[in-house]
Amino acid sequence: MPEASPKKDAGNGKPAADPRYKGIDRVLKRQQYKQDALIEVLTAAQEAFGYLPEEVMIYIARQLKLPFSWVYGVATFYHFFSLKPQGKHNAIVCLGTACYVGRANEIVDAISKEFNVDPGQTTPDGELTLTTTRCLGCCGLAPVVVFENQVLGKESPDTTVDKIRSVLSGAAPAATGATRVEQEEPLPA
Amino acid sequence: MAQSELDRQKQFRCRMLVCASTPCISSGALAVEEALKKAVEAEGLQTEIETVATGCLGPCSRGPLVTVQYEGQPDVAYEGVTVEIAPFLLAKHAKGLLVPELDNKAIPADWPFFAKQKKLVLAESGTVDPEKLESYVARGGYSALGQTLREMTPEEVCNEMVKSGLRGRGGAGFPTGLKWNMVRKAPGERKYVVANGDEGDPGAYMDRTLMESDPHRVLEGMAIAGFAVGADQGYIYVRGEYPLAAKRLEKAIRQAERKGLLGSRILDSNFNFRIDIRMGAGAFVCGEETALMQSIMGRRGQPVPRPPYPANRGLWGGPTLINNVETFGNITTIITKGATFYAAYGTEKSKGAKIFALAGKVNNTGLIEVTIGITLREIVFDIGGGIRGGRPFKAAQTGGPSGGCIPSEYLVTPIDYETLQRLGSIMGSGGLIVMDDQSCMPDVAKFFMEFCMDESCGKCGPCRGGTVQMHRILGKITNGSATMEDLSKLEELCIMVKETSLCGLGMTAPNPIYSTLRYFRDEYEAHIRDHHCPAGVCQFTEKPLRIAVA
Repeated sequence: MPEASPKKDAGNGKPAADPRYKGIDRVLKRQQYKQDALIEVLTAAQEAFGYLPEEVMIYIARQLKLPFSWVYGVATFYHFFSLKPQGKHNAIVCLGTACYVGRANEIVDAISKEFNVDPGQTTPDGELTLTTTRCLGCCGLAPVVVFENQVLGKESPDTTVDKIRSVLSGAAPAATGATRVEQEEPLPA
Repeated sequence: MAQSELDRQKQFRCRMLVCASTPCISSGALAVEEALKKAVEAEGLQTEIETVATGCLGPCSRGPLVTVQYEGQPDVAYEGVTVEIAPFLLAKHAKGLLVPELDNKAIPADWPFFAKQKKLVLAESGTVDPEKLESYVARGGYSALGQTLREMTPEEVCNEMVKSGLRGRGGAGFPTGLKWNMVRKAPGERKYVVANGDEGDPGAYMDRTLMESDPHRVLEGMAIAGFAVGADQGYIYVRGEYPLAAKRLEKAIRQAERKGLLGSRILDSNFNFRIDIRMGAGAFVCGEETALMQSIMGRRGQPVPRPPYPANRGLWGGPTLINNVETFGNITTIITKGATFYAAYGTEKSKGAKIFALAGKVNNTGLIEVTIGITLREIVFDIGGGIRGGRPFKAAQTGGPSGGCIPSEYLVTPIDYETLQRLGSIMGSGGLIVMDDQSCMPDVAKFFMEFCMDESCGKCGPCRGGTVQMHRILGKITNGSATMEDLSKLEELCIMVKETSLCGLGMTAPNPIYSTLRYFRDEYEAHIRDHHCPAGVCQFTEKPLRIAVA
C-alpha cells in the first residue's frame, strides 16, 4: 500500500516543478496506488505528455512499486501508448473492413505522398503525425478519417489532403474543419 | 420517478429526437440540435416542444437523423437534416405549414430498412436520452432489476436464462444460462461480472452503439447477472477508441448510484453491486476473454491457456462471468417479458434477435437488429436496399478477421450460429460487410491476415510466425510472384495455425483464407496462373521466380 508521502521517493527522475506530473498523481491517488491501475495511470500520463517519456515510466514504476520492465512491457504492448513524441496535428485514417472496401488505403497513400510521411511516423518538423487505426465504428460513413479529433466521413484522397493542407498552412482554424457529409443519396421511393 | 418523468414528457406537445451517436455527431448532429433549440426558443415554444439528444436510430449513412413525435400523429423520421433546414421541421410540425424542402427528407414509415427489423435490444435506443436516467426509467428501466431482487432467487434467474435460449453474442454462441449457472455454482469468496465491450472486429459497432445509446440497459443487465451469480463487483471493459461510450457509461453509473440502483443495498435489498469502467488501450487480442482479464488487472493483454476457465478462476483467482455487452442488453427484455416471449423469436437452436452492423457496398448502411434465422437476401436486398450502383452481389463477410465470406449461392440460407459455421464463417460479434464484384478475394484475405499479423500478441509460436508467413504468401499471390506450390503451402499453414494456436485469435485467423479459398478458388488460380485479377484490384508488379529463371 502507499507510503505516507509518495513524493518522497520520487526524488530522482521527477522535476518537482513540472505541472504535468500533477495529472498522473491525481490518478494515482484516485486508484489508491493499486498496481492493477497501471493502464489507467499510463493513459493519464499519455494525455499529459502526449507520449510516454522514459523518465515518466520510471516515475510510474516507482510509484506503483512495479519493476520498470513491467511498465515498459505494458506500454509497448498496447497500440494506444506511444514512446515517441507525436506531431502537433494528428491524422488517423481508419483501415477497418468497410473503409478498406471503400479504398481507404488510397487516402493513406495520398497523405504520405503529399506530406512525405509514412504511416506511424511524424514529419521531421513535428507538424503532422499520420496513423492508421482499425475501425472507429463509423462504418456507415466509410471511408473515415479523424483529423484534429474530428471524425470526417465519406472522404476521398483529394478532400482529405486538402483539409490537412489548409489546417497545416494555418488557413483554416483547426476547430472548424469541415465535418459535413459531402454527398447525399436519394431515398429509394 | 417513472411517473414524474412521463408527466413531464406529456407536457410537451411535440418532441424532437436528434440522434446523437458517433456517426451522426460526425455528420453534424450537435449543430442541428443547437439550431432546433434556437428555433424553438425564437418561436417561444419551449414549454410545448422538447428537443432531446437520443441514441442511435440505425441508418447511420443518412445522418443526422431527427425524429419528430407529435401528439396524435405518427412519428416521422427525417434524414440528412442540416442546420439550414432544421427550422423547417418546426414550421411544418408546429405550425402545420407545407414545406416542400422536407418532402424528400422524410423517411417513409414502411421503409423496409425499419419494417424488416425486430428490435428487442435496441427497442428504446432511438427514443431514450442516454444521458438521463429518468428517461430510461420512464420507459420501464430498472423494473427488471427490481423484479429480480424482490421476486426471484439467483437460481430462478439463471434458469430463466436457460429457458430463454439466449446465446452469447460475442461470436462463439455459448449458451448464456449455462455459463451463469457455472459461475453461480463455482466456489469462491469474491466473484466478478465483466462486460466485454472491447469490440475489436473492424466493421462491427453494435456494442459501441448500445453503450452510447442505452447505457443503463447494459448496467441493469450486469446488475441482474451479478445478483444471479453472486458477484458484487462488475467491470465494463470499453474499447479505447470509444471515448463517447465511456463518457456516457460513466455518467450513467454515477446517476444510478445516486438513486440507489447500483452500489450498496440496491433498492433497499441486501444486494450490493458496484460497476467500474476499464478503458482498453488498443489491442485486438483483448477481446479474448483471458486476455481481457489480464488487461483489467493492468497487465499485458496476453491470453492464458484454458482450462481453468474464467467461470472457475478468472479475475484475481475468483470465478468470473464474462459476457458480451450485447448479451447483457438482452437480459432486461428476458426478465420483463419472460423467457417464453423471448424464445418465440429465432430458430430452434438460436433464439432472439441479433444486432448486425451492415456496411460495405449496400445502399443503406447502418445498425440493424433482426431475428435470428433471417436470410442473407432479406438483409442485403430488403434492409440494405441492394448493392450500390446496381452492381452484382459477390459475397458478404461476417465475423470480421475471424470469420469468412458467404458467396451469393447461399443468399437464401437462414443466418444462425450453426449455419454460418457450416458455411465456414462465424456469427462473430455481428459485422456484416457486403462486397460487390469490385472486391478481390485474395486481397481481402490479405487485408485480414495483415490485421491478424499486426494484432497477434506474440505469446505462442504458431500464431506469431504463422500469420506472418501466410501474409507473405498472400502478398506473393497478389503481386504476381506466387506459384501453385505456394497455394498448397498456404493451405497447409492454415491447418497448422488453426490446430496449434493458444487462443481464439490464432485459431480463427486462417478463416478468411479458408472460406475464400473454398468459394473463390478460381480467383486465386487466376492470380497465380494467368496474372489476372478478376476484380481489377491487384497490380502485378513481380514475376514468379521460376519463370524468371526459365
